[in-house]
Amino acid sequence: MRLKSPSASSLLMAPGLGWLALFLVVPCAIVFLLAFFQRGIYGGVDYVLTWENFARALDPLYLSILWQSAVLAGEATAIALLIGYPAAYAIARASQRWQPVLLVLVMLPFWSNYLIRTYAWIVLLNRKGVANEAMIDWGLITEPLSLLYNSGAVITGLVYNYLPFVILAVYASLSRLDRSLLEASEDLGAPPWRSFLRVTLPLSLPGVAAGGIFVFVLSIGNFITPDLLGGGRIQMVGNLIYDQFLTARDWPFGAALSMLLIAIMLLLLFAQALAVRRAGGERKEA
Amino acid sequence: MGLRLHLGLIYVFLYGPILLLMVLSLNESGLPTAWSGLSFRWYEALAENEAIRRAALNSLIVAGVSTVIATALGTLLAIGVERRRGSAALDALLFAPMIIPDIVLAIALLSFYFMLSFSLGLHSIILSHVVFNIAFACAVVRARLKHFDWAMIEASEDLGASALTTFVRVTLPAILPGVIAAALLAFTLSIDEFIIAFFTAGAGLASTTLPMQVYSMIRFGVTPEINALATLFLLTSFTLVLFAQRLSGRRGAFA
Amino acid sequence: MNTSKTLAAILTAGFLMSGGGAAAETLVVANWDGYMPPDLLENFAKEKGIEVEFAPHATNEEIMGKFMANQGEGYDVVFLSSPFAQALDKLGLVAELDHAQVPNLANYYAAARELPYDPGNRYSAPYAWGTTGICYREDLVEAAPESWNDLLDPSPAHKGKVTMLQTDRWLMQPALFVLGYSVNETDPAKLAEARDLLIKAKEGLLAYDDTTFYSKLVSGEAVLVQGWDGWCNYGIAETDKIKFVLPKEGADLWVDTMIVPKASENKELAHAFIDYVLRPDVHSWVASNILYKVPNEAAMAQVDPGLIETFPNLGMQPDELLQLELVEDLGEGQRAFTRAVQEVLSAN
Repeated sequence: MRLKSPSASSLLMAPGLGWLALFLVVPCAIVFLLAFFQRGIYGGVDYVLTWENFARALDPLYLSILWQSAVLAGEATAIALLIGYPAAYAIARASQRWQPVLLVLVMLPFWSNYLIRTYAWIVLLNRKGVANEAMIDWGLITEPLSLLYNSGAVITGLVYNYLPFVILAVYASLSRLDRSLLEASEDLGAPPWRSFLRVTLPLSLPGVAAGGIFVFVLSIGNFITPDLLGGGRIQMVGNLIYDQFLTARDWPFGAALSMLLIAIMLLLLFAQALAVRRAGGERKEA
Repeated sequence: MGLRLHLGLIYVFLYGPILLLMVLSLNESGLPTAWSGLSFRWYEALAENEAIRRAALNSLIVAGVSTVIATALGTLLAIGVERRRGSAALDALLFAPMIIPDIVLAIALLSFYFMLSFSLGLHSIILSHVVFNIAFACAVVRARLKHFDWAMIEASEDLGASALTTFVRVTLPAILPGVIAAALLAFTLSIDEFIIAFFTAGAGLASTTLPMQVYSMIRFGVTPEINALATLFLLTSFTLVLFAQRLSGRRGAFA
Repeated sequence: MNTSKTLAAILTAGFLMSGGGAAAETLVVANWDGYMPPDLLENFAKEKGIEVEFAPHATNEEIMGKFMANQGEGYDVVFLSSPFAQALDKLGLVAELDHAQVPNLANYYAAARELPYDPGNRYSAPYAWGTTGICYREDLVEAAPESWNDLLDPSPAHKGKVTMLQTDRWLMQPALFVLGYSVNETDPAKLAEARDLLIKAKEGLLAYDDTTFYSKLVSGEAVLVQGWDGWCNYGIAETDKIKFVLPKEGADLWVDTMIVPKASENKELAHAFIDYVLRPDVHSWVASNILYKVPNEAAMAQVDPGLIETFPNLGMQPDELLQLELVEDLGEGQRAFTRAVQEVLSAN
């Protein structure tokens, strides 16, 4: 289905791309250039060319933090997808009238404030918090559990904050699914789970991929959740980069670390895009 | 049905902490450790706290305007991109705002504005928020477009409709759920965003957003007025949603 | 849909209106939220017939980040801790104070006028000063703490009920003191020793906490915390079972100070504001309100002795404070320091 007028699509893209070019590419290019220079004594920039920052970025300490973050973000992504997909599916199957409402209800809690919601978790999970007090009252435990200030709490916080995005993304994909395909599959004798695995799931993969990327990317760069729910005990890449820019006032190194992070994520995105194309089937002519 | 139960449990998960906040906002003592009686004093305190009110309003303005702009540009971008052969470089650019750590983007933007001697205020936050919102909006709409039947556009054009008519009458209705999802996403991201807002805001109350205000207040732990605010936000949004639902009830317009 | 168009129009109108407001003269003050009495800015504004805008920041690092990006443009008076003021001065971003415009500088203790990082108050005017020690629940601990080791290596009864500060300069302090090193240490070998101690200490740690450690004490979730003296007072205000002590190995001296960015366009007003804050009645109101000591001799003399009884650390005398080690900017050494902190925070 090749389009007749290439210029039309360029016109459509122009304003968006223009904005990105001006407010994203240029500012970031400026900061990334700094990665090639040295930090000044008091935190400014010494315009002396060097590769030192990239060499430092590959230091085991930072790589291990990167790895830990990826693992945590990965766990949060997996959980969010696992519980978000069925929820999106349920919404997509609801009546037309209710779908928008259900969707907005999913998003509503997130129009309060991130920090406040995270504090709500602290109130829930701390040793003198609601969860522990309740469990003690009901005789389930005698000593309060350490539910907070560990990686489990951080993952819970990440899932909690990014679940709506997964639901939205998967829903966007599922809602466009052609029901007749499912009907055809049933008519051909496939049991429901098979129809789901062979028809629905693959066709909803773009939504799953988009949702998964959101969660992973937003989680890995997050520094507030690990800070608050991890009690400072869980260091993620977001905290690391924040520290370089603000605490160490080492913009060149912060820039180098960011570039490393971005490079890795781009690689992952490419891998993911390839996988989706193969699994979902390319609908456009090659 | 198992699915409905699951969805219900998800809502419990999502709203549980929020309900806790609501209960706390009505607690006389404001402390989670002790219920000392029903009281609206925190709502009164909120009404008197100009800083919080102003910040909340600013957040709504920033989120609203940046959502409108970003969804519009992002949707157009998505359509334009999906119509042509996929390009890796383009994909990378579109994903870039999402994967660049927000602290980097924040500092980059502030330095950029400074270099251009650009004044700072609510408008600079809005410009900055559009940047990452375009990427998210575009991604969501693109996911929707993967199922779009491009033949409809050709058919429409063959039948003599102008590009604009085709867009308004054929494309847009078909992708509307995706566009709305994108808008919801953008609004949510913007209203909660702290670090970019903090760096690109002007000084003073006029351009303080709610996350900035709350973040600077956490020195003393979350004060109960904030719980009251969160509750109000929620109740208002909830009411608006129900209202909108009744209005669109008859139409059942979503494709 | 018409509703969304209307909404968009309203929002845009609102946004356009919000950007405006060409004010009467406006002074922009950047400080931690809650670190000034609520009416301070208002009263100054009324007195001078101008507008005052408040720009809150939650940490020194945040305001430093902004300064590095925009040279401090848009701010007229900035409150931040002395090592950071020092760094900004070395970077040439701070204006010199015109003493003629700030006669109340004379109210300072002599020592506050001769602090090593800015002798003669060339570019900064101290606002509050104090130290960092152990804040604890006397009814929940086995014995009153005397040493930083009580935090680093808590007894079994206290394990998991200890918090420490996360801000990097203070995070390292307990270990540095125990090892007898300087708070401004930059020798990587010594920092490594401190780091190892701190990594071990994580076993007994509940969490790192800069802001809510006193409420953890109040609720009993923690029994021993590393805390700034003024902060501890907030806990004491809620329950008299909380006490503050300086460990025997030593403690630091920190100073929060006021500076005027070179980029400020309201330097006269900025000076007037600093002079206003340093008035004995105003500055003593500050001390009584935020429960921190101020380096203003005339002001401290006006603080209610009853208050000092309730909050003993308010009564620390300058010569006591000056025996403590001042936290200073680390220059080149900041990188090694931050790295050591990173290693501590990310160790499992």
